[in-house]
Amino acid sequence: MSVTSGTTTSAVEISDVSVRFQSKRTEVTAIQQVSLDVAPGEFVSIVGPSGCGKSTLLKLVSGLLTPSSGSVSLLGEQVRGPRHDIGFVFQRAALLEWRSARRNILLQAEMRGMDSAEAGRRADELIEMTGLSGFESALPHELSGGMQQRVALCRALLHQPRVLLMDEPFGALDALTREQMNVELHRVWRETGTTVLLVTHSIAESVYLANRVVVLTRRPAVVQEVIEVGLPAERDYSTTMARPEFASAAAHIRDLLGAVTGHD
Amino acid sequence: MDTVRADRWRGVVERAWRPAALLAACLAIWHLVTVTGLVEAYLVPSPAKTFGLLADKWSYLSGHTWVTTYETVLGFVIAGVLGVLVAVAMVYSRTIESTAYPILLFAQVIPKIAIAPLFVVWLGFGFEPKVIVAVLMAFFPVVISTVTGLKSVDTEMLELAATMGGGPVKTFVKIRFPAALPHLFAGLKVAVTLAVTGAVVGEFVGSNEGLGYVILQANGNMDTPMLFAGLIVVSLVGVLLFLLLDLAEKLVLPWHASRRGAAVTTLLAKGGS
Repeated sequence: MSVTSGTTTSAVEISDVSVRFQSKRTEVTAIQQVSLDVAPGEFVSIVGPSGCGKSTLLKLVSGLLTPSSGSVSLLGEQVRGPRHDIGFVFQRAALLEWRSARRNILLQAEMRGMDSAEAGRRADELIEMTGLSGFESALPHELSGGMQQRVALCRALLHQPRVLLMDEPFGALDALTREQMNVELHRVWRETGTTVLLVTHSIAESVYLANRVVVLTRRPAVVQEVIEVGLPAERDYSTTMARPEFASAAAHIRDLLGAVTGHD
Repeated sequence: MDTVRADRWRGVVERAWRPAALLAACLAIWHLVTVTGLVEAYLVPSPAKTFGLLADKWSYLSGHTWVTTYETVLGFVIAGVLGVLVAVAMVYSRTIESTAYPILLFAQVIPKIAIAPLFVVWLGFGFEPKVIVAVLMAFFPVVISTVTGLKSVDTEMLELAATMGGGPVKTFVKIRFPAALPHLFAGLKVAVTLAVTGAVVGEFVGSNEGLGYVILQANGNMDTPMLFAGLIVVSLVGVLLFLLLDLAEKLVLPWHASRRGAAVTTLLAKGGS
């Protein structure tokens, strides 16, 4: 995990944030007074019922969306407008069809005007780290869903962002590929020391990967509970799944979500 | 490598034989209709006579073909450039879009053949009025397809671009415009065939050269073999220009062509897992 330099500023600080959308004649509150502090290097999962505003939360942090009230700070600086010091991974890989895997990763460098030689080296490193070797020149449609998502992850990490935002990145993958991707993301997180905010529907995924799991309620979303995951840093997949801490955390989250959705 | 080439040729033959057979059948019917005297020769000349005339009078026809091709290509290029520029302006400015759309629609709906005489009055018998009619014909599909293409980009991709901080110009050059190219090419292919029509319509209205003039002259003289020859050449010009664009599309967008075609993934062929 990364060491914070001097002052202990949060990587992400969401304080009292509400988001209201104007739809036709009614006003919809998507998020209501949500507060959340994420320490540098921390991995935080966000779970909640479908459509509760989890993705909205990530958009607030990235500056793609402005809160109706409250404030969001990223790396000690208030968020006003799109931030460039983050990496973003969506559920759909959102790759450019005409670019090879490697050139899709390098898009990040081209858009930022990074030094191309250095970006190339960094891209090769990430390709190696995520197991994309041998697929550098493949076009997106020649890649499986898991491979495409690996490319998207490499692209999001190319500029070594200190905060990585992931919006259901493995939601479209089959169960087995998803587990593999979880193991890889865990390793990448440990190797890079990046702060990660992960929105997910999978309880297992949220617990396996995170230091803390934030459980949101139905719309308007408020933080129902923040669960500390008491798992060791080194997490082998099958042994972690078998641990009692994992089972109890997962069961607790399932209860919370059940209570949340059970009202309907 | 050789098997790849052989496969490609087999593919070409497989795609070409059906239309070739249909064309041959049409020619055969045309021939039969004329030799049996089912239709009078002065109404429908035989294929032999038509193609014979085409060969005999090629020096005469080729000059006119060049004129029409020149007008068509010039009109098409102007329409292409203008169409893309207008589309970009419309996509990036809602004000421009709402202002320009009704006028565009009006310009498209108005019958070109009805306003062509006006251009002759204004600009005379030279190539200019023909080019303008060609532009008017070809412009609309280019605008519509480019607007559709530019709007077809994923919102997620654009959000991603915003977090990458490349600015609107880089986002356009690296993401939006390339993403719009398949739509743009579809529009250009429609546009080029319409540009041929535009040039010929322009020539009908008032000219002393071009294939439209040849057809009109032949019509006046009841010279049906020449009329048919003119029609054939005009169609060939359109088909040729269309095929050139198709080729350009395959060269510029190999990724798109490979995606549309049978998904033979090179990775599988190479044995990658």
